[in-house]
Amino acid sequence: MNKENTITPVFPAGEADEVIIRIKDLRKRFGDNRVLNGFNMELHQGENLVVMGKSGSGKTVMIKCLVGLMQPDSGSIEVMGKDITKLDRKALDLLRADIGFLFQGSALYDSMTVRENLEFPLRRHKERFKDRADTETLVLEALKNVGLSHTTELMPAELSGGMKRRVALARTLIMNPRIILYDEPTSGLDPITAKEIIELMRIIQARYRTSALIITHDVDCARVISDRMILLVDGINYAEGTYSELQRSADPQVKAFFK
Amino acid sequence: MQGIKGISGKVAGFFRLSGELSHFAGRYFAEVWKPPFEIRELLHQCYNVGNRSFPLVGVTGFIIGLVLTLQTRPTLQEFGAVSWMPAMVGISIVREIGPVVIALICAGRVASGIGAELGSMRVTEQIDAMEVSGTNPFKFLVATRITATTLMVPVLVIFGDVLALYGSFLIEHLKGNVSFQLYFNQVFDSLEFSDLIPATVKTFFFGFAIGLVGCFKGYYCTRGTVGVGAAANTAVVAASMLIFILDFIAVLISDIFYEL
Repeated sequence: MNKENTITPVFPAGEADEVIIRIKDLRKRFGDNRVLNGFNMELHQGENLVVMGKSGSGKTVMIKCLVGLMQPDSGSIEVMGKDITKLDRKALDLLRADIGFLFQGSALYDSMTVRENLEFPLRRHKERFKDRADTETLVLEALKNVGLSHTTELMPAELSGGMKRRVALARTLIMNPRIILYDEPTSGLDPITAKEIIELMRIIQARYRTSALIITHDVDCARVISDRMILLVDGINYAEGTYSELQRSADPQVKAFFK
Repeated sequence: MQGIKGISGKVAGFFRLSGELSHFAGRYFAEVWKPPFEIRELLHQCYNVGNRSFPLVGVTGFIIGLVLTLQTRPTLQEFGAVSWMPAMVGISIVREIGPVVIALICAGRVASGIGAELGSMRVTEQIDAMEVSGTNPFKFLVATRITATTLMVPVLVIFGDVLALYGSFLIEHLKGNVSFQLYFNQVFDSLEFSDLIPATVKTFFFGFAIGLVGCFKGYYCTRGTVGVGAAANTAVVAASMLIFILDFIAVLISDIFYEL
């Protein structure tokens, strides 16, 4: 890992038992296809929670409901004490400033340079950063944290898959979020780059004291990063526990994930 | 039975699409007046739509003028009415051919470009990323593009009309030794405000339709890369259809005013 990633916490650790996200009885269907059937979840301050499930098990739908990109059919989603299903657009945007979202395919804006990609989230939240530093410093600091200080003027098309994922992570970090949501952070990456990304996630969690919800079906990623895991099967939390607890489970559905 | 079902399905699809498009247009009018105004992005889109279309529109307009004059000249000569050429070309270019052809060119270049760009942004989750970052993607991506096409298509049409008239003049000058001043005096003598105003006003609607359809198809794109291709393709088809429908309505309305 790059020397630029020295771990220095910037926030004091929160109370470990403080619930930062609480999902209750979340349901979502598309036509006849019931994707979420009463999903429940709690994410605590400073915790790394991994949600694992097969493709199409509703992981991405759940995480998109969590940031208001999709409306659930029923259930409640409380983020830092606010039910996001009941917030208006302005309040939701303010809340979103505290939530970083790393998309599966990085989702960098193709028509913008790396610098512009990182500046983009700041444009709506200038007040939040006016005392911290100017935009230039924030961009360079975020890129330094992911070891890509030299890429500011490159276009996303000029970056490798791993670099794109890092820049996307830097774009997430620039907002100084309290929570980071990772949607399949290692998908589409070679094993070595995937390990680098996982290591980077660990470093970021230690440095920024963020809480993280990680959606993945990568068992290695779950093993390294998770404090706790939820297995999502048929739209419900089928099993919960630490990595080693679930790995020892005799349940055939749980065992299938660890084969 | 199968045939009837197929037809009724297509009719229902047409009305559903019309409803969704109207709703999309309504959302544009609701959002475009509210701050924050994305002025920088609007100017960027005006540049994209306008400046980058100038060469294609210019060449098309110029060639329309040449071809129209070359093909009409023998017939007018037969009736000893070559002197009517500037008036005939002026009225037909300014009132109908210029706006419709240039708008169709823009539908091909701009609507497909917008459809593909927004479609690609949708399937790669860039629009979701924008939403999560606190920026309203409808305002940033859609409102700016529709406004840009609404403002720039009339400019492109005027530019195309001017070059078409110049192309026509070149033929008349080469074949009939008509001077620049005489040609354009005859063109402007034949044109009235009642020709210019409806022709210009309808180009704003054409521009709006091009932006609206391109954005609608791209913004709601699904099915990955196949969907992006389909969005670009259907954007051109739907925008072209809409241009013809709007043109027909514009002609009907201007006819009513003529009769008054």
